[in-house]
Formats: sequence, structure tokens, C-alpha cells
Amino acid sequence: MSKILIRGAKVLGGEPQDVLIDGETIAGVGAGLSAEGAEVVEAAGKVLLPGLVDLHTHLREPGREDSETVLTGTRAAASGGYTAVFAMANTFPVADTAGVVEQVYRLGREHGYCDVQPIGAVTVGLEGRKLAELGAMHESAAGVTVFSDDGKCVDDAVIMRRALEYVKAFGGVVAQHAQEPRLTEGAQMNEGIVSAELGLGGWPAVAEESIIARDVLLAEHVGSRVHICHLSTAGSVEIVRWAKSRGIDVTAEVTPHHLLLTDELVRTYNPVYKVNPPLRTERDVHALRGALADGTIDIVATDHAPHPHEDKDCEWAAAAMGMVGLETALSVVQETMVDTGLLDWAGVADRMSVKPAQIGQATGHGRPVSAGEPANLTLVDTEYRGQVDPAGFASRSRNTPYQGRELPGRVTHTWLRGKATLVDGKLT
Amino acid sequence: MQRHLISAADLTRDDAVLILDTAEEMARVADRPIKKLPTLRGRTIVNLFFEDSTRTRISFEAAEKRLSADVINFTAKGSSVSKGESLKDTAQTLEAMGVDAVVIRHGASGAPYRLANSGWIDAAVINAGDGTHQHPTQALLDAFTMRRRLIGRDAGLGQDLSGRRITIVGDVLHSRVARSNVDLLHTLGAEVTLVAPPTLVPVGVQTWPCEVSYDLDSVLPKADAVMMLRVQRERMNAAFFPTEREYSRRYGLDGERMARMPEHALVMHPGPMVRGMEITAEVADSDRCTVVEQVANGVSIRMAVLYLLLGGNEPAVTNARTNEEK
Repeated sequence: MSKILIRGAKVLGGEPQDVLIDGETIAGVGAGLSAEGAEVVEAAGKVLLPGLVDLHTHLREPGREDSETVLTGTRAAASGGYTAVFAMANTFPVADTAGVVEQVYRLGREHGYCDVQPIGAVTVGLEGRKLAELGAMHESAAGVTVFSDDGKCVDDAVIMRRALEYVKAFGGVVAQHAQEPRLTEGAQMNEGIVSAELGLGGWPAVAEESIIARDVLLAEHVGSRVHICHLSTAGSVEIVRWAKSRGIDVTAEVTPHHLLLTDELVRTYNPVYKVNPPLRTERDVHALRGALADGTIDIVATDHAPHPHEDKDCEWAAAAMGMVGLETALSVVQETMVDTGLLDWAGVADRMSVKPAQIGQATGHGRPVSAGEPANLTLVDTEYRGQVDPAGFASRSRNTPYQGRELPGRVTHTWLRGKATLVDGKLT
Repeated sequence: MQRHLISAADLTRDDAVLILDTAEEMARVADRPIKKLPTLRGRTIVNLFFEDSTRTRISFEAAEKRLSADVINFTAKGSSVSKGESLKDTAQTLEAMGVDAVVIRHGASGAPYRLANSGWIDAAVINAGDGTHQHPTQALLDAFTMRRRLIGRDAGLGQDLSGRRITIVGDVLHSRVARSNVDLLHTLGAEVTLVAPPTLVPVGVQTWPCEVSYDLDSVLPKADAVMMLRVQRERMNAAFFPTEREYSRRYGLDGERMARMPEHALVMHPGPMVRGMEITAEVADSDRCTVVEQVANGVSIRMAVLYLLLGGNEPAVTNARTNEEK
């Protein structure tokens, strides 16, 4: 592997510097580095970030290869500036055994676009009744440390308690999809003014908040850490803020779409806006942005959820829940957090790379951009503005809520351990 | 008028009054020995019913036939839909057969909106009830019935329902009839009060253009019309109310309560009634109850809607007033 000189990039949005990659490692960072023997990437005006890390991706393989595969999903990830993604367990079969997580892990390594770290199911078949072999998944080649029944809530308080306790033996963390099932039977969208008018079944904020409240108290009681997936309401923010102030070991994520979109969009009955948890209100959006800025919410995670066209080209009630997000995440974060002055680029690096890598223990990711570190890097043209065109996506699915919307920023280059996976916006 | 009828909220006051006035003209056809107009001759209308609803389908079918349209009835049960065909494919199949309008009843809220706005088909779409969202022709026939009874058949022409007090009682949460009526009656100037146990009022109701009360007895003496909504017995299994008897005692309309209404006030019901639940037989069979009249008016209203959406430029009835004259 040869040398690459990234010339004049604003590292974490700071003063322009040169960054020299040698093999898999960053060899040097500074002004006027020698280009001798190196391929030069002119990066004047662009922002260089550590490779992004997504703690919440649905790659769909095995089982739903019609919507995404490890290959297409990791290409989408590289396209969006990611160098590591955590693959959720709700595949077919469910990733609740060492065999399935090793398969997904191995596919990621083989394709080489992005590191794939499988998440293991908390319970067998995501059914919430019996713990999966969490230890076996941890000890497998995949080295699973994050466990989640995402898509379903671990709603039984005893099972949740045991899971929180059990994974302490090997430093694991349970990532909870907070959704009280009885309060969300038949739920189709956020419960409020819009659902009342549209006659769609309500998904009340309290169904999320009550589970988060319970789980932070459980985590405190048993001395475990807990991670909250896709936090979506202002009330959830208050609970997590309170928990952190008490010293409870809780981390939380927010999706890009919950930072930008509201349930007003559901008035179109276009299922491209159907997602779980649902789009909430303007007030929630502002609370989420504020919480991400002040650190109450630790990270941005995409909840990239590919679905085939036919599962969205139908009436609302019949449609699948979820949105693709890997290829638009950074643009949405720039729009909602950077261009609004809530977060600088160093803050974006923290929320989209450093912290998610820490929570998921993704070795070699989320590291400082400095000499001796693995060359996992993302170069962003932050001056770019353009309309989102799903036809250009690397993902196999097109279910984006941003079609035709103008968003800022474009990832031009991604390097995974020194190997370019994206060059001038094109996958290698 | 818009090209589709999806929601009562889409109608302006003038649209609504025009439909009511046109329906009066259509009603005269029913008094003729031959109840038929040539207006929609050569036009094909499909009644696309994904939910069982014999009375609404028959009402539309009668309206279509009186306007001389060619009618296709399509019910989802036993069709390709039950074999997994999508709404989009079903609609496109029908349109390929040359359908000018689709009257759709669907269990999913928003299905008619999707049909009209997704570029799947070009035909006019008329919502015959979608999920718990809207049932605009029901609201129109209810308004028509109120105007006739409270103002008069001829005196009502050109009039709205300004200042009339309408009370709607029952399962508002699951009712497309309530939503449509709140929208339309508000547009027509009426003051609407919803009455229900708090469990059957949707969260988010505060932005609706109406009042909400949990106390039927306090509202009755001021009402010009009281519309009782059907309450399905299964609701009590989901703890919306404790028992059928308790519901009847607190929110049912019996003879004693009816006596507390003003003398001119109507009792309405969209049907089908659950006698003994929301309404007693004594009330249902009384002269003040307009249930049967509402059914007859439904045909006139649906004729008016179909005529205005599809017929457009020629007079519906000889010697009748046309759009232009208004």
C-alpha cells in the first residue's frame, strides 16, 4: 500500500493541514508535508473527520437480501463516510447465535468497504423470553459487545434486568429499543394533533419514555451501563438528562431523521415517512438537537432501514417502517447541527465517530487524526449543496425521506485503514 | 370543486352548499315515475370496496345507476386482493378497463388519498370511508338532512347551517363519521359539540373546530340535532368503558333524555344502530329520528357528488339551475 497526502484539509474543521497516510496508518499531520512518493488528494476547503461509525445499521443479510446485503450496505456506508457500522440483529435467521454473527462479520471483512461489527440479539429470536447465548457471541470471531433486540423492545423487566447484569461479565452493553408494546398496539404514527386528524393509530411519547425511565433505574440498581436506541421525544431527553445527573451509566443515540423531520409530513400519507419510533413534533426536534449539542444525547446513529419499493409504494397501514440513512446522515447533521451553530465539526466527529466507537468498543475507529493512528478518515466538501437523488444511492433500497430535498455537504473521500473506499464521490 | 372527494375538510362553504343544493334537485328525480337521468351515460364507475359495507355500496350504486353510469362492483373478498395484490395494481387494473371514477372504501386511513395523489391512476377518486379518517359523503348527507329538517326543503336552498348547534355522541376516537362531520359542519357555520367518555376522544382533539364534553345531559337542552354514533361492543374488551350497561346509562339516548332536547331537535344516526347500546328502540323508532331519511338522502347526495365531479358542464336536471347561474 502506498502513501497518500491529503493536502490542505481542515482537520476537524480547524486550520488547513496536510495529512500523510502511509500504508494503514497516519504517518504525519502538519503544514507543508512532503508529497514525495505520495498520491496527492487536494483537499483545500474541505473538512477531514475520523471515519464515521454507525452504531445502528440494518444490513438485512441474511434473509432480506432483496432490500440490502452486507456488500450493498457497506458500500452505502463508505459512500456516506462511514468506516465502521454495527449491524442490527433482526435478520432471518436472527443474529442470536455465534454462527450468524460470525457470518455477518466475515462478509464485512471480505467485501472490505467498511468494518462490520455485528450486534447480537438479547433474547432468542427477539422474542423477549429467553436470553440468547450472549457469552458465545462475545467469544466468537465477531467479538460481539453490543446486544439489542432492536425492532422489538425487551419489555419484560426481569429479562432486561438479567441482560444488563449478565453482559457485565465481558464488558458488554444492552442497546434498548424503548417501546412499551401494549401502549403501541396498532401504532402507525406519533400520537398527537396530526394522528387525531388523520385517523392513524397513535404511538404515544409515553410508550418510549416509560421504558427509558424503567431501564435507567434498572441500570442504576444493578450497576450496569445501558444504551438507548433512537431516542425521539423531548420527555426522553429529560429522563436521560436526569439519569446522567445521578451518575447512571446511560448513553443515548438520535437518528438524523428525528433531528430534521416532523409528523406534519405524515399528512401526505406517503409511507416514506413511516418509521419506528415515529417522526415527532417540532418541539421534540428542537429538544433532540439541544440534547445532542449539550451531550445529553451522546451520538447520532442512522437506524438505516432499507425496504424494497413495494413495501413503501402502498397505503400507509400496509407499509413497512424505516428509512435508509447512511448516505444522507452527515448532510442532515450538517443541516441541523452545524449550519445552525449548535455543533462545530469537532463536535460532529465526537458524536458520529469518537463516541459511537467508544460505546461499541470498535477498536481502531473514532481515533484522533494524528500520527500513529489507523488511517480511518472521511473528507467532506461542506460547501456543497445539492438535491438528494436516491437513484445515485449505493444502497439497494431507495426509501429515503429526503428525495428532492436540498441538503448541504457531500462526502468525497473515505479511507478504511489507508485504503480508499470512496474517491471523488465514487466507490472504489 | 376539486377533481376528487377525499376529505370533508377539502370542501369550501360554497362547494358544500352547491352539493347540498344539487342534491335537492337530484331528490326530485326520486319522486318521478322513472327515476333516471342520462347525465353520466357512457361513463364507467367502479365501486372498489375493501371493507364490507353493503349499505354504502348500495347507496353509491343506486346513485350511479340513476345517473345512467355503467357500474362495476369490486369487493376485495375472494378477489385477487386476498391473494396479495396491492392497492396500486388493483387500481391500475381497473383503470386499464376504462374507469372514469373510483369510489373507494378501505380499512386503511389515507388509502383514497394515496390513490388520488400517487400518480397510480388518472380517474377521479371518491372516498366512501377510509379507516378512522374520513367519510365525506356521510357528512354531506347528514348536513343535507339537518338543513332540510331545520330550515326546510326550499327555504334551505343556498343556505348553510350557521348558528345551529349539533351534538355528536359516541365513539369519536374510531369514527370517520365524527371527523367528517366536525369538518363539514364547522365549514357550514354550525357549532359542534362532541360528547364521549374521555377514553373515546382522541389525544390531539384540542385543535378540532368543536367543543368536547363528557356530560351528555348538560349538552342536550341546547342541541338542534343529536347524532348518535355506533359503539361496538368489542370496545369494552379493550377497556374503553367498563360495561355495555354503564355506557348506555352515561352516554346512551333513551326516551327520558330525548324529552330534554328542544322540541324541534333531531335524532340522527349514520347506521347501523346498536339498539340498546347507544340508542333505545323507543328513540330509534320515534318521529324525531331521521335514520331512514338519512339513507334516502344519501342517494341524492351521492348523485350530486358524482354529477359535480364527473358531469360538470350540462344541467343535471332539465330546468335546474346550473353552476354558471350561481
